[in-house]
Formats: sequence, structure tokens, C-alpha cells
Amino acid sequence: MAEEYWRWTESRWTDLGLSWKGGEIITAGVDVGSVSSQAVIMVDSRLYAYANTRTGSDSPNSAINVMNWALEDTDGLTLDKIQYTVGTGYGRVNVPFAQRAVTEIACHARGANFMYGPTVRTILDMGGQDCKAIHCDDKGKVTNFLMNDKCAAGTGRGMEVFADLLKVSINDMGELSLQVEEEPPPVSSTCVVFAKSEASGLLRAGWPKEKVLAAYSSAMVHRVVSLLERIGLEEDFAITGGIAKNKGVVLRLEKELGVKALEPKYDTQIAGALGAALFAKALVEKEKGKKK
Amino acid sequence: MLTAGIDIGAKTIKIVIIDGDKIAAKNLTAAGYDVQESLKKAWADIEAQSGLRLADIGKVMATGAGRKDTLYTSDTITEISAAAKGAVALNRDVRTVIDVGAEEGRAIKLDAGGKVLDFAINEKCAAGTGTFTEAMARALEVPLEELGPLSLQSTQAVVMNAQCAVFAESELVTLIHNKTPKPDMARAIHDAIADRIVSLVLRVGLEEKVMLIGGVAKNIGFVTSIKRELETEVIVPEDCEFVGAYGAALAAAGK
Amino acid sequence: MIANYGYKDGSGDFFITIDTDKCDGCGACVEACPAQAFEVGEDPNDPLREDPAAFIVEAVRKKLKYACARCKPVTDRPPLPCVQACPAEAISHSW
Repeated sequence: MAEEYWRWTESRWTDLGLSWKGGEIITAGVDVGSVSSQAVIMVDSRLYAYANTRTGSDSPNSAINVMNWALEDTDGLTLDKIQYTVGTGYGRVNVPFAQRAVTEIACHARGANFMYGPTVRTILDMGGQDCKAIHCDDKGKVTNFLMNDKCAAGTGRGMEVFADLLKVSINDMGELSLQVEEEPPPVSSTCVVFAKSEASGLLRAGWPKEKVLAAYSSAMVHRVVSLLERIGLEEDFAITGGIAKNKGVVLRLEKELGVKALEPKYDTQIAGALGAALFAKALVEKEKGKKK
Repeated sequence: MLTAGIDIGAKTIKIVIIDGDKIAAKNLTAAGYDVQESLKKAWADIEAQSGLRLADIGKVMATGAGRKDTLYTSDTITEISAAAKGAVALNRDVRTVIDVGAEEGRAIKLDAGGKVLDFAINEKCAAGTGTFTEAMARALEVPLEELGPLSLQSTQAVVMNAQCAVFAESELVTLIHNKTPKPDMARAIHDAIADRIVSLVLRVGLEEKVMLIGGVAKNIGFVTSIKRELETEVIVPEDCEFVGAYGAALAAAGK
Repeated sequence: MIANYGYKDGSGDFFITIDTDKCDGCGACVEACPAQAFEVGEDPNDPLREDPAAFIVEAVRKKLKYACARCKPVTDRPPLPCVQACPAEAISHSW
């Protein structure tokens, strides 16, 4: 995969209105995915800082790098002051400084419950190499889930393949796919490899980039909806993960489901790491409870 | 009487003209972007090379993914039937046929009379098809025809976990980054696709003799991996890619 | 919790569903499965659950269609060993 088309914007953030120094429980969550990694730092029940980067070619370094970046601009907070770290994601066993690993399903539900509030019941996470549909209760506990990480269709990698094919930066794909006057029929292949050949044929037949993108986005949405149908859709509905930033996919998804997704107030890619940090807090409290 | 079979595959078009039971001429052409154009060219080529003209041919039968889209005939036969007919004509003891093409993989179970008893198809997913090896060869920067021989030089088995052509490519990038020897990666690629094809065979039940046909059967690495995993001998006919078209030609002759 | 293990790809939907609220970790499925697809232990998706639960082994999860192939011949399909073995009827297949 050449060039920079897949390069989405990395980011970090600190809540400058908060000071960690008065905090009783400081925890961290690190989500190492195949495509991206996030680190989240929580002070008591408040989100304090986070960082979101591309995963490098080896997981242990990704975890360290993203954690270091999250710690930048935190008024002197260092790793040793963090009481408990939980690792999650595909590379969760490779977070060398984590005390425990928890799978991403549980973490995403917890994280979404924090990010969107206790009314969220259905979470759709479209990540770099997987797609998850999760039902949770008002406390963010998982009641039903389904994860697809075997097939690239409906994942960020699928989008990256198309960014590369069309030579469009991945940050612009969403907007571009909406610049069609009429919605074209979706690409007929679910498989990304076959969809790519199909798209090449369409480009050769004179289809402009935005039309091809619209057709692919539709196909991706159909597929994701069928995954959701397996567990059912219960409101409120929220979308997390990288593709949540793709307006073209989000709008088509909302249209097909007939439901509007909750507005994100935080970077949608941090849900897993956030949930992990919350689990870390719960585990610290459990330990403290035992000691009493 | 001369009859012909056309196998319009996802990637290539195969034409076989038979005289009685014997293959009189055969031709392989890329399907390209415009299948009708490529078909015209394929016929012109086969006429030029064999001296046999389309007009001399009694009946033409089409098979393959694009069988309904040809002007040359409206008689069609499914790939399963064509593969079965062709395989049995080449060897009467064949009971299991494995057909792996560019975009589909099939396992077919036959009875002693060559009749199809059962079949399993792997379609719509690139991971069990020739497209997989092609994509992996590109990722490894090795020409496709060299991938097979390269894999035979492997000294150890490396496991590929990804079950998707797109994810497998990412996995290869990681293996390359970890300095895995190229022959070992080449072997891993063939083991991965063989694994998927073998499971198709297990669904219909394995019974000897086993014949492997289709374009991917030309890949010695793939054949080696299949033999290793099935733990049986596998017959690979010399014209493995033409067996479907041959079967269609036989069907055209009423056989 | 309803845990759906498996995937959907171009060729279909392949999920084994385990209802962990019904599962008591007895391990009958582990014994019954010829592909060693099941394991009983700490529920990977419910970190705060105390009792062990059954789940699909990581190595098999993404190859489910292939792992289950031997129990699912195209014609004449007998009842699935894992489904039959579970006393709580906690297991079901989507295909």
C-alpha cells in the first residue's frame, strides 16, 4: 500500500480544566488495534487525557508510544503515578505496562456508556480490522454481542483499500461520497477484493470518484446493517470507531436503519481505551474494597 | 463430429474443440475488460492455430461464470457438471474433483458412473480462490508463476492467521517486517488457501481418486500443500485449466 | 449475555451463539466437539463474571465455517454434537 491516502489524522487531548494532582484514583486504558492505538487517562470519574495514533508494525512499541503521547502536556503526570492500566484490543497482550487485559467487547460497551450516557443500548463499532455490534444495559454491561474480524468488508481496511484505489485521502472520503446528485446502486460484491475489481470497472466505464465511493459506502452500510439485524437494534443507538468519522457512511446508515445515532462529544476512536480505563478504576475499587 | 466448449471464467476464457473424445484444439485468452471482444479474439486465435473454423463446429456449449453472456451459443451447462464430465473423461476412477479458479473454489463428489452426488462451493469471498494467491504474490513482490516453486524451498511452516485476502496482506507485511524468509512466507500462503479448499472437500467427503483442476492447479506450491493436508495422492491433469471447457465440449457432443 | 462467535463474509453468516446466562461451565461441549472449538474458563467478554463459561477458542473463531465443516455435510446432516451435548440448551448455530 503506497502513498499517504490511508493516513487519517492522529490526535491527542488533555482536559486543561482538570488537575490530576487532587485525584484519588488515576487509571489508564490502552487499546492496541491492528490499525490504530489509543491511550486514555482517567482521574477518578473524569476523562483527563487521550491520544490516538496509527499502530506501528509491532504492538509493544505502539502501546508505549501512544501512552507517552497521552502523557505529554499533562502537567508532569508520569506512568508510575498511574495506579492501574488495562490493555485491550487485538494487541492487548502486548501492553507491557498493563496489569490486566480485557477484551474489546466489554471495553467498548463500558466506554460507549460513558461517552454517550446510560441511555445507549446498541453500539456499532466500526474499527480498523473489525466490526462489532453490541447491546448493553444502562451500566454499560454487555447483554448481546457479535464481532466480525475475519472479513475486511465493513471495516476501516476496506475503506483504506478504496482510498488507495481512488487516490482520495481517507479524511475526505465521507464528504466526497455525499457529492452525488442521485444515489447509485451499491457495488454488488461484499468482498473488498471483488468490490475493488468491480469499482475499477466502473471507473473505466466513466463513473466519477464520488459515484464509486457512494456505491461502495452503500454496500458497506448494507452489510453492516445485516450484522446489526442479527442482534437487533434497540435505541438509543451510538456509533464508535474510526468509520464513525465518515459522514457518508454514518448518514447512509442512519437512513437505512431509520434511526439517528447519538452525537459524539469525544473522539469516537477512544471508546475501547476509555472502557479499559473504567475497568481499571473498577478493579482498583474492588481491591480497595477487599482491603477494608 | 466437431463440438466445442467455452469456459468463460472471471479471469480467463478457455475454448476446447473436440473430435469424438479427443481434444483437437484448445485456446486460453484473458477475459479482459470486454468479454465479448476477448471471445472474438479467442475464436480468431483458435481458428488461426488449428485451421478449424467456427462454421465447421456442430454444437457449442458454454460454461463458467459468464456462460449466459455469450453470442456463440445459448446452450449452457453449470461449472459443476462441466468439471465432473471433463474429470471423469480423463480418468474413470476419479471420485472427488477439486476445481479452484480465479474467483470460485469447488469440491465435487462423484459416483462410479461419473454422476454428481454432492458439491460445495466457495464463492463471493476471495480467500478461497486464485485471487488470494495473486494478491499475496503482489504483496511479496514475486511474480505469480514463481510463487509455487519458491514455496518448495521453504524450511519451516509459518502460520497465517488471517482468513481474508485483505487482512492476509497486512499480516504478510508484518511477517516481512519481522524478516521471515520469503520461501517460508510463500509456503504459508499456499498452506492457507489449501486449508480452506480442504475444508470444502471435507464437507462433501473425501474419496479417492482425487483430481485437482482449474487455473490454481498449475501452482505447484498449492498442489503440494493440498497433498500434504489431504494425505492422499492428487491427480493434476496436464490441461488442468481446460477441463471445464473440455467437459462442456463433451456435453455438446451428448456425452 | 448472548455471545455470537464467528463472522460474516462474502459467502455467508457463520456464527455459533452461546447464551452465557444459561451456561454453567459444565464443559460437555468441549468434550463433544471434534474440532476442539470450545473451551471453558474465564469468560473473555465478561471480565467481572465470577463463574466459568464456555466460549469459542480464538484459533477457531475466524475459521468457523471450515472448523464446523465436518459436522455439516452438504446433504444428510445429523444433529450437531455440541448442540446436543449442552444440557442447558445454550448453544445454537446460525447455519
